[in-house]
Amino acid sequence: MRVFEKNPLEKGLAERLREHGVSRRGFLKFCAATASMMALPPAMIPAIAAALERARRPSVIWLSFQECTGCTESLTRSHAPTVEDLILDLISLDYHHTLQAAAGEAAEAAREQAMRDNHGQYLLIVDGSLPGPDANPGYSTIAGVSNYSMLMEAVEGAAAVIAVGTCAAFGGLPAAAPNPTGAVSVMDLVKDKPVVNVSGCPPVPMVITGVLAHFLTFGRLPELDEYHRPLAFFGQSIHDRCYRRPFYDKGLFAETFDDAGARAGWCLYRLGCKGPSTYNACATMRWNAGTSWPIEAGHPCLGCAEPRFWDAGGFYVPLSVPTGPASDYLLAAGAVGAVAGAVVATKARGRAKEEAAVRQPVTVEELEQKL
Amino acid sequence: MSDPMDFLLLTKGPLFNLAVTVFALGMAARILEILVNGRRPNYSEARGGQWLPGLRTVLTRSVADPGTFKRAPFNVVVGWLWHLGFIVTLLFFIPHIALIKSLLGLSWPGLPNPVVDLVTAVTLVALVATLVHRRTHRVKRRISTPEDYLVWTLVFLLVLSGYLAYNRIINPYPLALGLHILCAEVFLIVLPFTKLTHIFTVFIARWYNGASFGRRGVES
Repeated sequence: MRVFEKNPLEKGLAERLREHGVSRRGFLKFCAATASMMALPPAMIPAIAAALERARRPSVIWLSFQECTGCTESLTRSHAPTVEDLILDLISLDYHHTLQAAAGEAAEAAREQAMRDNHGQYLLIVDGSLPGPDANPGYSTIAGVSNYSMLMEAVEGAAAVIAVGTCAAFGGLPAAAPNPTGAVSVMDLVKDKPVVNVSGCPPVPMVITGVLAHFLTFGRLPELDEYHRPLAFFGQSIHDRCYRRPFYDKGLFAETFDDAGARAGWCLYRLGCKGPSTYNACATMRWNAGTSWPIEAGHPCLGCAEPRFWDAGGFYVPLSVPTGPASDYLLAAGAVGAVAGAVVATKARGRAKEEAAVRQPVTVEELEQKL
Repeated sequence: MSDPMDFLLLTKGPLFNLAVTVFALGMAARILEILVNGRRPNYSEARGGQWLPGLRTVLTRSVADPGTFKRAPFNVVVGWLWHLGFIVTLLFFIPHIALIKSLLGLSWPGLPNPVVDLVTAVTLVALVATLVHRRTHRVKRRISTPEDYLVWTLVFLLVLSGYLAYNRIINPYPLALGLHILCAEVFLIVLPFTKLTHIFTVFIARWYNGASFGRRGVES
């Protein structure tokens, strides 16, 4: 009797995980963690497990535009091997500049074929911003095709678009003033397809796997905030979940990097921490397999998951400090005002003196005579 | 693109520069005008010095005399309460100190946030009480002008928006912080041209009063 091996694309996720040596227990733990991080009730765990077991590998096309590959580094350099890594292995990543073996025309052919074969079903992941339709397309091209054309062509057949990293989500560094390449975000261009922004420079690896897990489980994208970010990960600010928060409340602040206060866990607000205005999952998920995260390492949050974070004033300037040279304005306007006030008052005094000079004194006797 | 972060950056950047410019221009002009104009020349013979009585009045007028307290205890107590609360919140909240340091280079220790939070809450309640009193007191209602209500609204909105931002009651935070900064900017712009000017002129006025008494040999 011949045993026919299943087509890998048709295998369920659980089956493939078992082939990779992940136990049923490990798989359920992943489902529980997924439910927990997406703020779903525990009752959903069996549903997630069942859905993931049935899930087929979706085709994923990953387009990299004006980016630094940090987002890919973040995802691939998360410690290995994790169930999350395997999830990434188990999507059908049909096109990714950095990770794919093929190059040149063969790579582009793979992309085109994946787009044809999975039209209307594939997930499009984008990292990096791109020159907008009105900008010079020559700033960023792949195989002679402008980023803009490639994105719009790929979006047409996509089920959904996931913008990974702050550049793709909000324009990021390339769009920072004066934005020489006319960089725009994916959201600026894609209006007729669901867009999920997984912002961060780079984003937390678990967030992208979480969004994929959600898509595999429910067949739709997670609930999003006003910036199209998954609420489960971006619903709370860094400040709200920060382990240094009690020191903020107590009024205990580190004054310099690595001073005694900083080491004792005091708040980094005065060192420019943007945690209060930044929404991300760093404080709860941490980095490097939960080892630490920037604030735990003694560095203030830069606010990298928020729009325009490069233009939002100095990284090491407290959040309450204005971004412009306000003290120069204060000084200049104060000086001008003082001169103006002095001139007006001096003129008034001059007039009073003139009046006094022509004053005609009157004695009581003279007045009585007149009356 | 107009979103909360853009709004926050607008208030922290160009709008703050504008507010600070109008404030400094207006306030410096008014104070210099007052100082340079001085008082009308007094040709009478001085019966006493001016400086000490002037300085003494600056301090003594801060405490209401028994008669005033008896006639209007609410005005004295609640007035003191919210004025002190406003000053404590303005000058001893750590983010405010960071802001002042960036503008003037001056810095001092702050109070723990829960203390400032409590003081802010008391200030808000006291401010509401002053409005209720103003509306229910027959004489006060008659003598109140639109400017009084404008000034009350500006002060109240400033404190309220700060309270909401600190306690993160409005989301997202950049919107809450932006609203608070915007309120502060409107306050700064209006300050030199309304009775809010008293923040800077109150002690000058008191000094002139005391000095005038001193010159006439009257107890200040």
